[in-house]
Amino acid sequence: MTMFEAILLTVATAATPLLIAALGELVVERSGVLNLGVEGMMVMGAVTGFAVAQYTGSAWLGMFAAILAGAAFSLLFGFLTLTLITNQVATGLALTLLGLGASAMIGESFVGLPGVRMDSLYIPALTDLPYVGRFLFGQDPIFYISILLTIGVAWFLFRTRAGLTLRAVGDNHTSAHALGVPVVRIRYLAVIFGGACAGLAGAQLSLVYVPQWVENMTSGRGWIALALVVFASWRPWRILAGAYLFGAVTIGQLHAQALGIGVPSQFMSSLPYLATIVVLVLISRNKRLTLMNTPTSLGKPFVPDR
Amino acid sequence: MKKLMMALTIAASFAVAGPAFAADKLKIGFIYIGPPGDFGWTYQHDQGRKELEKALGDKVETTFLENVPEGADAERSIERLARAGNKLIFTTSFGYMDATVKVAQKFPDVKFEHATGYKTAQNVAVYNSRFYEGRYVQGVIAAKMSKAGVAGYIGSFPIPEVVEGINSFMLGAQSVNPNFKVKVIWANAWFDPAKEADAAKALIDQGVDIITQHTDSTAAMQVAAERKIKAFGQASDMIKFGPETQLTSIVDNWGPYYIERAKAVLDGTWKSHNVFEGMKEGLVVMAPYMNMPDDVKKLAEETQAKITSGELKPFTGPIKRQDGSDWLKAGETADDKTILSMNFYVAGVDDKLPK
Repeated sequence: MTMFEAILLTVATAATPLLIAALGELVVERSGVLNLGVEGMMVMGAVTGFAVAQYTGSAWLGMFAAILAGAAFSLLFGFLTLTLITNQVATGLALTLLGLGASAMIGESFVGLPGVRMDSLYIPALTDLPYVGRFLFGQDPIFYISILLTIGVAWFLFRTRAGLTLRAVGDNHTSAHALGVPVVRIRYLAVIFGGACAGLAGAQLSLVYVPQWVENMTSGRGWIALALVVFASWRPWRILAGAYLFGAVTIGQLHAQALGIGVPSQFMSSLPYLATIVVLVLISRNKRLTLMNTPTSLGKPFVPDR
Repeated sequence: MKKLMMALTIAASFAVAGPAFAADKLKIGFIYIGPPGDFGWTYQHDQGRKELEKALGDKVETTFLENVPEGADAERSIERLARAGNKLIFTTSFGYMDATVKVAQKFPDVKFEHATGYKTAQNVAVYNSRFYEGRYVQGVIAAKMSKAGVAGYIGSFPIPEVVEGINSFMLGAQSVNPNFKVKVIWANAWFDPAKEADAAKALIDQGVDIITQHTDSTAAMQVAAERKIKAFGQASDMIKFGPETQLTSIVDNWGPYYIERAKAVLDGTWKSHNVFEGMKEGLVVMAPYMNMPDDVKKLAEETQAKITSGELKPFTGPIKRQDGSDWLKAGETADDKTILSMNFYVAGVDDKLPK
């Protein structure tokens, strides 16, 4: 394996959880709901995935359980904000705090246990191709899911009628409602999808990235995913670009440090954030396009009979 | 709904009022930088807390606040513990130093114990562990075991506690192989498993074949196990994460100190002090030497014995600084003050120290 290939693989592993969680949140926000609970749903996915994989010995079952856990957890958010019309920002923050606390409690007995690692793909001949073989044909299943998910979300949002309806709900829920679109039901579905994605992203952390359970192991990745959605101006392909850019600069700065190039490490550590924000702001600097992409009803409560 | 809220409020106020009736117990508070479930630094402090509870039973009552960031939040959290009636408070990370001293001024009748710092006061004691003694042994093992002659070192923050570890590791390694190199990556975090894993991968991709870390999770050990190279654990015994990987681990053993200090408060003999204890006093324990040939194991044990007896002090000259200037003359040993404020590398470290 060449250095180039090794770096490419590490970057993909670092970018995948951000990409998946951000894609989920993208769909949620496109439907007009702001769920700040990504970090909480992600960490619930991580602990559930680890626990189920530990009990059953199957990383796949762990992954599915994590998706379900994320979805179930987001349903709580959906019930509070869509049915009881609580404040979305406060409820999302509460969801994050609850997730971090609950996962710590659930995971207490799993601390210090080595986890089950999800096997990587291996196709004879293809995986052994020089330079790109391992990257294209030798990664873990969740990497491939993340790429399919990007294509799927882009296609759904901009190429299907259902996607158009979802965006309409996010842009103006009153008009959509007047046209007979079931606003609340669509938002529920979007929120659940977002939760499932966050759960999957969490499973990637505890089954692929670092197969172990430790409290708070997401370490703020949910928040980075949230920021990616905004800086990518709610566009799926830009989220892909943003996640990989973030991953690349993160890994790049570690390599630069190991080479001993003598730039202060504090600066290097902040580089991924700086670079990602600068690049995404630059590509989104067209004001009209950005406004067009911003879901106008984002974060606003919807009460059908008011 | 309202009734439920009311019931909860009443229940909560009872819960708060409860301990006030159970007087005469010494209440002891702990501030943790990470979660007790990190299986590293905080985990070991929490083990110490549990030992303390076990040893003194009914006489003490302990509480802890976890994941307290270093900075403004720390001051608030320490003050909260003081207000809650804790008479002895352990703040267990370097970055709590100023916050601890500040809160201590407001609560003169509360005893504070700050780990790994250097600022003391009438009611602020400092305790620290000579982790670097263990790092020296690790360096000796690394130089014996590495084929590449380069080890990778994952650091958290460039503070004296970490820098002295890197230097001691380097000196231990040089005692075996004068040309040994150490590559350093700063994670700029105590606890971020994914980032620690990335740092380990980057180091291995750049050709190191031994990994050691001064961050708090087991992630680096797992990466090393996956890539089939050897590694050292940190703070706790991480052998489960690398049964064929871990050479040894520096195990922080805080229990005895916590028990001693709580007893001192109970019988009124507590005094502020600044202690710096290591292998001799049992604060630094080495996990079993594994995955190495017998001759390396023997050398490691001999080195440990010499450090424990005081015959070998890791920072003994002649030592040059990284820039080539002389630090210690032959036979001269560094005093504790220099060790505790170390902010330079010794010769041979392949990194520029961030300031």
